[in-house]
Amino acid sequence: MIKLEPRAEPARWLALASPVLALAITVALGVLLFLLLGKDALSCLQMFFVEPIKNARALAELSIKATPLLLIGLGLSLCFRSNVWNIGAEGQFILGSIFATGVALRATPESGTGLVVALLLAGALGGALWASITAVLRDRGNASEILVSLMLVYVAEQLLAYLVNGPWKDPNGYNFPQTITFLSSARIPRLIEGSRANIGVLLALLSAAACALFMHKSYAGYRLDVAGLSPAAARYAGFSSRSALWLPLLVSGALAGLAGALEVAGPDGQLTTHVPLGYGFAAIIVAFVGRLDPLGVTLSSVLMSMFFIGGELSQSRLGLPKSITGVFQGLLLFSLLTCDTFVKNKLRFVSSGSRQAVAK
Amino acid sequence: MPRLLDRPLNPRSSASLLALAVFSFAACDKKPSGNSAPVSSAAAPAAQPAEVKAAPGPLKIAFAYVGPVGDAGWTFAHDKARKEAEAEFAGKVKTSFVENVPEAADAERVIRDMVDQGNTLIFGTTFGYMEPMLKVASDHPNVHFEHATGYKTAPNLRTYDSRTYEGAYLAGVVAGAMTKSKTLGVVGSIPIPEVIRNIDSFTLGAQSVTPDVKTKVVWVGKWFDPPKEGEAAQALLDQGADVLMQNTDSSAVLQTAEKAGKFAFGWDSNMVKFGPNAHLASAVINWTPYYKNAIQQALDGSWKTGQTWWGVKDGAIDLVAISDKVPAATKAKIEEIKKGLKDGSFTIWKGSIKDQAGKEVVKDGEKADDKLLLGINFYVKGVEGKLPSSK
Amino acid sequence: MSELLLLLASSIDSGTPLLLAALGLIINERSGVINLGAEGLMLIAAVTGFATALATKNDALALLAGAGAAALFAAFFGFLVIWLNANQYATGLALSLFGSGFSAFVGIRYTQESLAVATQRGIPGLSQLPILGPVLFTHHYLVYVAVLLAVALSWFLFRSKAGLTLRAVGESPESAQALGYPVRSIRLAAVVAGSALVGLAGAFVSVVSTPLWVEGMIAGKGWIALALTTFATWRPARALLGAYLFGGVTMLQLHMQGRGVNLPVELLTALPYLATILVLVLISRNPRWIAANMPTSLGKPFYPGS
Repeated sequence: MIKLEPRAEPARWLALASPVLALAITVALGVLLFLLLGKDALSCLQMFFVEPIKNARALAELSIKATPLLLIGLGLSLCFRSNVWNIGAEGQFILGSIFATGVALRATPESGTGLVVALLLAGALGGALWASITAVLRDRGNASEILVSLMLVYVAEQLLAYLVNGPWKDPNGYNFPQTITFLSSARIPRLIEGSRANIGVLLALLSAAACALFMHKSYAGYRLDVAGLSPAAARYAGFSSRSALWLPLLVSGALAGLAGALEVAGPDGQLTTHVPLGYGFAAIIVAFVGRLDPLGVTLSSVLMSMFFIGGELSQSRLGLPKSITGVFQGLLLFSLLTCDTFVKNKLRFVSSGSRQAVAK
Repeated sequence: MPRLLDRPLNPRSSASLLALAVFSFAACDKKPSGNSAPVSSAAAPAAQPAEVKAAPGPLKIAFAYVGPVGDAGWTFAHDKARKEAEAEFAGKVKTSFVENVPEAADAERVIRDMVDQGNTLIFGTTFGYMEPMLKVASDHPNVHFEHATGYKTAPNLRTYDSRTYEGAYLAGVVAGAMTKSKTLGVVGSIPIPEVIRNIDSFTLGAQSVTPDVKTKVVWVGKWFDPPKEGEAAQALLDQGADVLMQNTDSSAVLQTAEKAGKFAFGWDSNMVKFGPNAHLASAVINWTPYYKNAIQQALDGSWKTGQTWWGVKDGAIDLVAISDKVPAATKAKIEEIKKGLKDGSFTIWKGSIKDQAGKEVVKDGEKADDKLLLGINFYVKGVEGKLPSSK
Repeated sequence: MSELLLLLASSIDSGTPLLLAALGLIINERSGVINLGAEGLMLIAAVTGFATALATKNDALALLAGAGAAALFAAFFGFLVIWLNANQYATGLALSLFGSGFSAFVGIRYTQESLAVATQRGIPGLSQLPILGPVLFTHHYLVYVAVLLAVALSWFLFRSKAGLTLRAVGESPESAQALGYPVRSIRLAAVVAGSALVGLAGAFVSVVSTPLWVEGMIAGKGWIALALTTFATWRPARALLGAYLFGGVTMLQLHMQGRGVNLPVELLTALPYLATILVLVLISRNPRWIAANMPTSLGKPFYPGS
C-alpha cells in the first residue's frame, strides 16, 4: 500500500527540479497528444520551442507577447504571495488601455516624448484605480476580492464597448466601433526600426528588477511575505494587514494598467474591443509557473509566449487546433502543482499487514 | 497559506534549470518546415519587401478566419467557398487557412507568417483585420490582399463584401407576411453599420407587406454566443415578437423559436435542420462567385485594387429554403424582387425613408447611395429601441 | 401583465443552471473545500453532455454523463487538495483554466452540430392553469428537479445526521477527526458529489438551454455560482432565491433593451455583474454575519494527526 507522508523538511532538490519536471511531463503528454492527432511530434515540438525564437523577427514577436504577461505576472505574484487573490487583472488591463487612450486622443503631431510618458502613467493610474475598487470593497465591505475583481472584468468590458461605440468613436470610421488610429507621436517608441518590438520590453524587465529588489531586499516586502505566510504572526508583529491588502492590489493594478497602455499604444495603435486578449488570465499561470518570484516569472512569461506563438504556428503550418495552447497551459499548471506537493510529501510503501488506527 | 512551498526556492537555480530545459529543445534545430521566402531582417531600416517570387507551381492562397470553420455561419460560408473555388482551379492553386485568428494585434503576426509561407493571395475575412493587413501590405507590394467588409484600400489591397441587407430585406418581406402580432424581433450582434443596415432593411421589407409592423432589437455584444443569443431571443418572444431574425452566427435563435412554436430565419447558412418547424427561410451568403473571380484575376494577372460590393445580382446573397408555410403569393413576390434586383429595376433603399425621429433620410423618389448605406447609423421608423451609445 | 409573467418564467429558466451549480458548491464548501474550478468543471460537463446527447440521442444519459465527467475531474482535484494538501485556491484556478482549454479542444468537432430541440413539455394539466400555468408549470423537468434538490439538500444539511457530520467537518475538522470521523474521505465525497451537481448544471446549458456547443459557452456562470454560495450564506433555500434573482436581472436587462429604455446598452449588459457585486458587498458587510455562517475551515488545509 502506498502512503503519502509529510516530510520533515521540504526537499530542496525537488523544489529546484519541480518546474523542469512539470515542463517535461507537459511535453511528454503533448507528444502523446500530437501522436494521437496523427501529427509529426517532432515538427510540432519545433513549432513550440524553436520557431518562436529562431530569428530576430521571431524574438521581436516573442517580446511583444511576453511584455504584458511579465508585467501582469509580476503584479499577480505579489498579490498571491500576500494571499490576495486578484483574478481581475484583465479588467485592470482594460482600464489601463482606456486611460492611455484618453491621453493618446489628445496628441498632436508636435507632441513630444512627454505625451508617451503621460500615456503610460495614465495607464498605470487607470489600472490602479480599478484595482482599488476591489481593495476598498474587501477592506470596508469584506467582500471576496476573487469575485469582485472578476465581476469588474465584465464591467470593464462593457465600459470599453460603450466608449468605442459612443463618445470615442472615430467620426471618419464609417461608424465602426473603434477610435481613430493614434498619431505617431502617441505610439510607443520602437526598439529597432522596422521591428514591432518596442521599449515596453525594457519597462517590463525594469519592473521585474524592481520587484525583485522589493521582495527580497526591502522591509515592506518582508512584511508582505510574513502577512502572506501567517496573518496571525503579522498582526502580532504589528504589520498592518490593511497595507498587505492595498499595496499588492494597487501595484498589480498599476502593472496591469501599464501593460494595457503598452498594448493599445504599441502593437494595436487604436482602441477597439479587441485590445484585451486575455493576458490578465494567462498571467495567472505565468505567476504560478514562475513560482511567484520575479526571475521565475520572467522566464515563465517567455515560456508562455512560446506556447502562444507556437500554438498559432502549429495551427497555420500543421493544422493543429488552436485550443491546444490552452490544454498545454492547463497541463503545465497541473503538473507543477502535482510535482510541488511531492516537495512537501513523500511516498512510502507500507505493508498492508499493518492496520493500526491510522488517522485518515 | 498562499505559497506552493513553505520556503521560497533559490530563484537562480530554478531559473537556470528552466532555461536549460527550454534551450535544450531549441538546440535540436530541425530543418525549417518548408519555409521558402527569405525573411527580411528586423534590423533593416526601411521595410525591405521580401521578394516573394512565385515559384513555378500552384498559386498559394491563404485565408484568415475570425471564427472556427465549424460555426455553421460566417466562417463556414467562407470556407465552403474556399473549397469550391479550389476545386474549380484544381492543380493551379493551393489554399490553406488559419481559423480563430483574433482581430487586431495578433492578426498581423499570422498574416506576416502567411506571406513568409509563400502565399501571394491572402484573404482576411473580418473587419478587424483592416489595420494589420494594411501594415503587411505596405511591406509586401508583390502580394495581393483581399479584405472583407473593410473600407480602406491600398495598391495591393482591395475590399469586398456581400450585400447582406438584400437578404435581410427579402426575409423581411416573408416576416411581414407571416407575423400575426405585427411585432418582429432581431437579435443583434455588434452595432456596426452592417448590422444596423440589416435591421433597417428587414424592417423595410416587412413594412412593404404590413406597413404598421414593429421591430424590437436586443444586442448580444458578440458575433457568436449561443446561450446569450438564446436568452435574447427568449426576451424578444416574451415581449410579443412572433418572427425572429438574427445577425449573430449560431442557430440558437432559431432553436429558441422552435421551442416556443414561433418563427425565425436562418442566417449565413441554411439552418433548416436546426429548427424544422420554426424555419421560414435562410439568408445565405455565397462567397464562391467572388473567390473564383479573384483567383482568376490573380492567375491571369488582371488583379486590380478597388472596392467590390456584390448582392443578389452577382449571386453573393440569396434567400433560400423558403418554407411551405409561406403563402404562394409571398413566394412569388420574393421571386419578383430577386428578378428586379438582378436586372436593376428594383431598389430597396428608395425614398421616402424616414428615421426613428421622423426625419426624412432618403428623399421621395431618390435612391440611397452606397456611401449612406456603408456608414449607416440610424434606425428607420418602425424599429423600436435605442441604438447603442447614440446620443 | 403577461410580459411580466413571461419574464418570470424565463428568469426561472435562466437561473436553473446557476441554482444547480450553487447547490453543488454549497456541498463542497460545507465540507471546508473551496472549489474555484467550477467554471472549468461546467465546461467539461457541457462538452461531455453534448457529445453524449449527440451520440445517444438520450438527454437524461447526456446529463448524467456530464455530471460524471465533472465528478471525475473533481476527484483528481479533491485528491490534490485533500490528500496532498495543495493550495485550494491555486488548484481550483488551475482546474478552471485547464477545463477551459480542454473543453475547447475536445469540442472542436462538435461546433457544427446541433441537437433536436425538445418542445416545452411542462407538467400536463397544471400548465393549463391561468397565470400560474405559464410561469410555473411549463418548464423542462430539470427545473423542477433543481427545486427539489434545493429542498432535499436543505433537509440533508440541517435535519440529517450525515448532514450534521458534513457541517462538523467543515466547521472543525480536527474535532471531527477526534470523534473518529474519516475527515478526508468525507471531504472527498463532498467534493465529488457537489461537483457532480456542478457538472449537471453545465450539461443542462449545452443539452437543454441551448443545444449547441461553442467553446466558452458557460461564459462565467461558474463564477456567478461561486458568488451565489456566499450570497446564500451556504444555505440551499437562499441559493434558490439568489439564482432566480440573478436569472431575473439577466432577462430583465434584455427586456429593457427591447423596450428601448433610455440607458446605454452596455450599462444594461453590465447590470447582472454590477448586481452581483452589490449583493456581495451587502451580504459580506457584517463580518459577524459571515463568520456565523461560513464554514470555519473553508479553504484551509487539513493535516490529520496534527
